[in-house]
Amino acid sequence: MGQITLQDVQKSFGPVHIIKGADLEIADGSFVVFVGPSGCGKTTLLRLIAGLEDVSGGKILIDGKNVVDTPPAKRGLSMVFQSYALYPHMSVRGNIGFGLKMAGLSKDETNRKVEAAAATLNLTPYLDRKPRELSGGQRQRVAIGRAIVREPKAFLFDEPLSNLDAALRVQMRIEVTRLQKQLGTTAVYVTHDQVEAMTMADKIVVLNGGKIEQYGSPLDLYEKPANLFVAGFIGSPKMNLVTGEPAKQQGATTIGVRPEHIKIERDGGGGWQGTIAVAEHLGSDTFLYVDAGPLGMLTARYIGELSLHAGDHVSLAPDPARIHRFDAGGNAIRG
Amino acid sequence: MARKSTTQRVVVSTIGAWFFGFLIFFPILWMVLTSFKTELEAFAIPPSFLFFHWTTENYATVQERSDYLLHAMNSIIIAGGSTLIALLIAIPAAWSMAFSPTKRTKDILLWMLSTKMMPPVGVLVPIYLIFKTFGLLDSRIGLVFILCLGNLPIVIWMLFTYFKEIPRDILEAARMDGATIGRELVYVLTPMAIPGLASTMLLNLILAWNEAFWTLNLTTSNAAPLTTFIASYSSPEGLFWAKLSAASTLAIAPIIILGWFSQKQLVRGLTFGAVK
Repeated sequence: MGQITLQDVQKSFGPVHIIKGADLEIADGSFVVFVGPSGCGKTTLLRLIAGLEDVSGGKILIDGKNVVDTPPAKRGLSMVFQSYALYPHMSVRGNIGFGLKMAGLSKDETNRKVEAAAATLNLTPYLDRKPRELSGGQRQRVAIGRAIVREPKAFLFDEPLSNLDAALRVQMRIEVTRLQKQLGTTAVYVTHDQVEAMTMADKIVVLNGGKIEQYGSPLDLYEKPANLFVAGFIGSPKMNLVTGEPAKQQGATTIGVRPEHIKIERDGGGGWQGTIAVAEHLGSDTFLYVDAGPLGMLTARYIGELSLHAGDHVSLAPDPARIHRFDAGGNAIRG
Repeated sequence: MARKSTTQRVVVSTIGAWFFGFLIFFPILWMVLTSFKTELEAFAIPPSFLFFHWTTENYATVQERSDYLLHAMNSIIIAGGSTLIALLIAIPAAWSMAFSPTKRTKDILLWMLSTKMMPPVGVLVPIYLIFKTFGLLDSRIGLVFILCLGNLPIVIWMLFTYFKEIPRDILEAARMDGATIGRELVYVLTPMAIPGLASTMLLNLILAWNEAFWTLNLTTSNAAPLTTFIASYSSPEGLFWAKLSAASTLAIAPIIILGWFSQKQLVRGLTFGAVK
């Protein structure tokens, strides 16, 4: 079991209020990603769950038991750090088995479990190496091995892939997701990369300025962003946000439309008029950055190749069914 | 463009390095040479460098006149004991200041260091009287105690800087792995700090071994270490250069040998953290 519940969790460092009351329900076995810009408090929230920081207020329940006064070692969680945080003086075997040793398991039992974990992570040939003799990806695997071998109630990941190069990051992303599904253990994962969040999560928590902006499944957040912040943060390229006359026509202060929901027509069509400032041809997609005069810069995405170039005039027609409307407070208008 | 006449540069700098190395080493070399001369040759002007009548009689005399082994054992016990106790106190002290600093940590560190700024002679009389009252004069325990206290600030400072270099994440990882504070110290922090601990230990051993002020003032015979042993050869009835040299050579030999074998560790420790 690994159900984690946060009830009005608060954290201040001196006069600075970092977490301003977080309420959250993380179901057993789910993969939850905390995402947000740097300084939004996502790592702090994770460290509060881990017990590496003390809460200033509120409750953290793990399987229904309040753990705010329980030291990290006794919470039954394991953590993967951004820096890997491997013990440099121990072999891979020693690193993975350290938690079991601390738990007082016998040598045979420890070895059996360490070897099983190493086999899962393709680390068997490296068991007797020191961390400094491993590549970044292998170190990351050791850190994950150290986390899974203890069979914790939940895994906590603190931006574990941000030190890896792009190709390896994609590969590890898939591996971590697969491993979590296979083990069925609850996972809380912190990242600033919204693509990681969208691809890995069962549910995403979008944090901003120490507050939870929205909590929901990736597609929920994509299709029904609760407010302007979530609308702008989730999705790549970013959602176009338009104010003024077009918004007023829709009965909103701001309207948002995603680049992929804009129909691009050559000069003369209906909709918003503009001039292409930059055209990016990726083969699979074409991204157009269009200077639409009073509406500002708009981004449009075309699936496939579209032979338009900088300087061409285009008209952009947003799909009326997929326009998001926001009020003056930045909150979504539904219905 | 590559530098021209690289060979020339290498030759010049090698000669320069050897010259300065020799210059620094010369007093020790001269002392060792003198210890093998006769008293007459030791005074001779101009002095002879290598072509003299080599003799080991000084060593024999020194061993006969005073018990080298007793003093050497005293030195080992006093230097070793004070270093060991200082480390036992300093490891937890430096650990707590490095990993759970408070607003006052800097002040405490400075206060500790400030005790080293006072000349020891300033407290000679009170310390002497305290030692007399508690019967610690000319005792090994008394010397272990005073040298440990004297070097503790330096030991704490050195360990503090080494511990500071250890990433916090690793200690937190140990905590998440279920290690208590004691186990974190034993299994994670101490092994990682071994280079720093080793160089701190060596430096402290050297300092304690060579310490002369307290050892000369607080001992007479029973607890007298090698420093007192050397001093006994500069007597009022005249200097015996050759015998003094022999005594000094015997006194510094153990620590020089120790330093020689551990020089790699010592350099690594003293430049720890200087380059990532």
